[in-house]
Amino acid sequence: MTDNRKPPADVFRYAPAPESRSIVDIKPSYGLFIGGEFVDGHGKSFKTISPSTEEVLAEVAEADDADVDAAVKAARRAYDRVWSKLPGRERAKYLYRIARIIQERSRELAVLESIDNGKPIKESRDVDIPIVAAHFFYYAGWADKLAYAMPQSAGRGTDPQPLGVAGQIIPWNFPLLMLAWKIAPALACGNTVVLKPAETTPLTALLFAEICQQADLPPGVVNIITGAGGTGQALVGHPGIDKVAFTGSTDVGKAIARTVAGTDKKVTLELGGKAANIVFDDAPLDQAVEGIVTGIFFNQGHVCCAGSRLLVQESIADELLAKLKRRMSTLRVGDPLDKNTDIGAINSAEQLARIRELSDIGEAEGAGRWSPECELPQHGFWFPPTLFTDVTQAHRIAREEIFGPVLSVLTFRTPAEAVEKANNTPYGLSAGVWTEKGSRILKIANQLRAGVVWANTFNKFDPTSPFGGYQESGYGREGGRHGLEAYLK
Amino acid sequence: MSDRIDVRKTYKLYIGGAFPRSESAYSYEVKDNKGKFVANAALASRKDARDAVGAARKAFGPWAGRTAYNRAQIVYRIAEVMEDRRPQFVQAVVKSEGLTASKAEKVVDAAIDRLVWYAGWADKITQVVGNANPVAGPYFNLSTPEPTGVVAVLAPQESSLLGLVSVVAPVIVTGNTVVVVSSYERPLPAVNFAEVLATSDVPGGVVNILTGSAATVAPWLASHMDVNAIDLVGVAGDHGLATDLEVAAADNLKRVRRAPVAEPDWAVDPGLDAMTAFLETKTVWHPIGV
Repeated sequence: MTDNRKPPADVFRYAPAPESRSIVDIKPSYGLFIGGEFVDGHGKSFKTISPSTEEVLAEVAEADDADVDAAVKAARRAYDRVWSKLPGRERAKYLYRIARIIQERSRELAVLESIDNGKPIKESRDVDIPIVAAHFFYYAGWADKLAYAMPQSAGRGTDPQPLGVAGQIIPWNFPLLMLAWKIAPALACGNTVVLKPAETTPLTALLFAEICQQADLPPGVVNIITGAGGTGQALVGHPGIDKVAFTGSTDVGKAIARTVAGTDKKVTLELGGKAANIVFDDAPLDQAVEGIVTGIFFNQGHVCCAGSRLLVQESIADELLAKLKRRMSTLRVGDPLDKNTDIGAINSAEQLARIRELSDIGEAEGAGRWSPECELPQHGFWFPPTLFTDVTQAHRIAREEIFGPVLSVLTFRTPAEAVEKANNTPYGLSAGVWTEKGSRILKIANQLRAGVVWANTFNKFDPTSPFGGYQESGYGREGGRHGLEAYLK
Repeated sequence: MSDRIDVRKTYKLYIGGAFPRSESAYSYEVKDNKGKFVANAALASRKDARDAVGAARKAFGPWAGRTAYNRAQIVYRIAEVMEDRRPQFVQAVVKSEGLTASKAEKVVDAAIDRLVWYAGWADKITQVVGNANPVAGPYFNLSTPEPTGVVAVLAPQESSLLGLVSVVAPVIVTGNTVVVVSSYERPLPAVNFAEVLATSDVPGGVVNILTGSAATVAPWLASHMDVNAIDLVGVAGDHGLATDLEVAAADNLKRVRRAPVAEPDWAVDPGLDAMTAFLETKTVWHPIGV
């Protein structure tokens, strides 16, 4: 894999290896999960489709203001009567139960996630769902140890208290994983939740609701309401919630910050990014290429911390790009349920339009566009892995989050220039550094204004590791001991 | 009784280590608690606020880049110099807050002690709020706090010295730089404090002090795109203004320390919140292997 020749086409010809769909049972329609039961919503319903085939998967209720109110009231009742009175060690056991059920039903969850979201089964199976289970395991263990979680002098004393009802809104790129990031710490700390999954990916959250029932979680501790932006706004603005946790776009994050201004609602925001992935001339190039590919093509580039700006030292730019193009030529785009698929479907027609628009702008502004030859399926939403060369900092594709499999390549000469370019963004979620020199890693990592820095690796996640941004990438941390702080007072 | 005419002091702003008058050339009358004229203080304008932000931004990188030990020594040095000028601060607190001399002495003592307390945090906060994280894989993973950047602070209106020190020290000791709007009616301790800062090895621009009205200046700071965070304690009790400022702060997602209903009791143990509100957590991963 170290030479730059194009591989013979037949080397990478694979027979189809589809994962069976028979393990999932998608119902024709779903209600809202409020107070431990599925109930009909008062609003309209909407369809959720498979982005890889455009087939309608199910009808899902769109929660209106009255539904949001009912969900918040159910969460408040559960908080007042049950959950806030339950000792931490008992809350822990519910969370452990949930974690175990997620492991037991992991394949079902993975297949359903890939069908509804479009991501490759190897990612939902090997990354998303295992980390979901791990997240519940991790925070389960905190539930009866909160007195040890924070410094005593932090004003919370030895008996930190939950906030109450948390309103949580999550995106479509990692539907069940984002649910776990939100629900596990909230429940461990003694809060109850109303969670709204993304409009295009509600199905695994609704299956999670069933898992809550299987675990005999007290009714109302977890409420799942489906809907679009209006439902989210009603939730954020509801006077009955004590906390807003949001993952999504920076624009919506700012709107939420304005909505909660002047209230006592605590807020954590996990927003957009435009991460720099910096490759120095002494980097192990083959590893760096793998890291660049993981950084931008993992999950179709639908990743807020994606390494969407490659900053490569000028002296190795040609060599690196040749290797990168060769590697990109081996990426397999197609059926998310095929076990050999590397890049699945773009999540929605809307997102595909956005990726196309920004890519066309990149071309119009003078950057060089390149994609490997690849055959895209006839139906569904697809975009080939793409890179742009000769990108400058003024180009929109270097400034705006594309949220797709599109890499902008910029060059630099000195470490100082690399840092300056990396930090030249209103975002600050993540960054990557590739070099064999340890002292340089530590220096550069120190200077990067980003919440997560991956050195000689990229896009790694773990429940024990805090995640969150600087600047306009939002505030607060999720994961680790730091993640508890968002749900305690 | 001497017939010497006393020399009165001009009270100025403190921006980038210098003492300019307001660019607007406006000033306002400062009176003591009995309504007697004390001085004309500079009335900071929008332009002064922007200059102060520029100075704070310029100072941020070098200040954050200093060793924690060095920042600790510098904040401790502020305390030393204040102790040396204790009578001046006592007098300023008596005039500003209308306290008896003995009560004012206690306030000044508490302010100096608070600086000493915060000075020690510079090289300890990382150990208390940072973390080594045991990830499930062959990776080194470390979370450490870093300063947020340029912080705007609306200093408390009532507690003109202890309150001021209690909101400035925690911001700078961790490596942030600050633009402070002092108490409007009680700016004297803030001006004296600026003179202490100027002679305490604090690099110019790390602390910038504006005297004037929070209601006038704060909207420019709250909406300034190069300010990273804002502490609204100085508008405690003014829910309408605090809400407007929080809305303006959302434009670039400033970290906001909200205004309480009433000014807090500055005498109590402050805890870590005044520091952690203006810290970011950075997590660095690296593979472990041979």
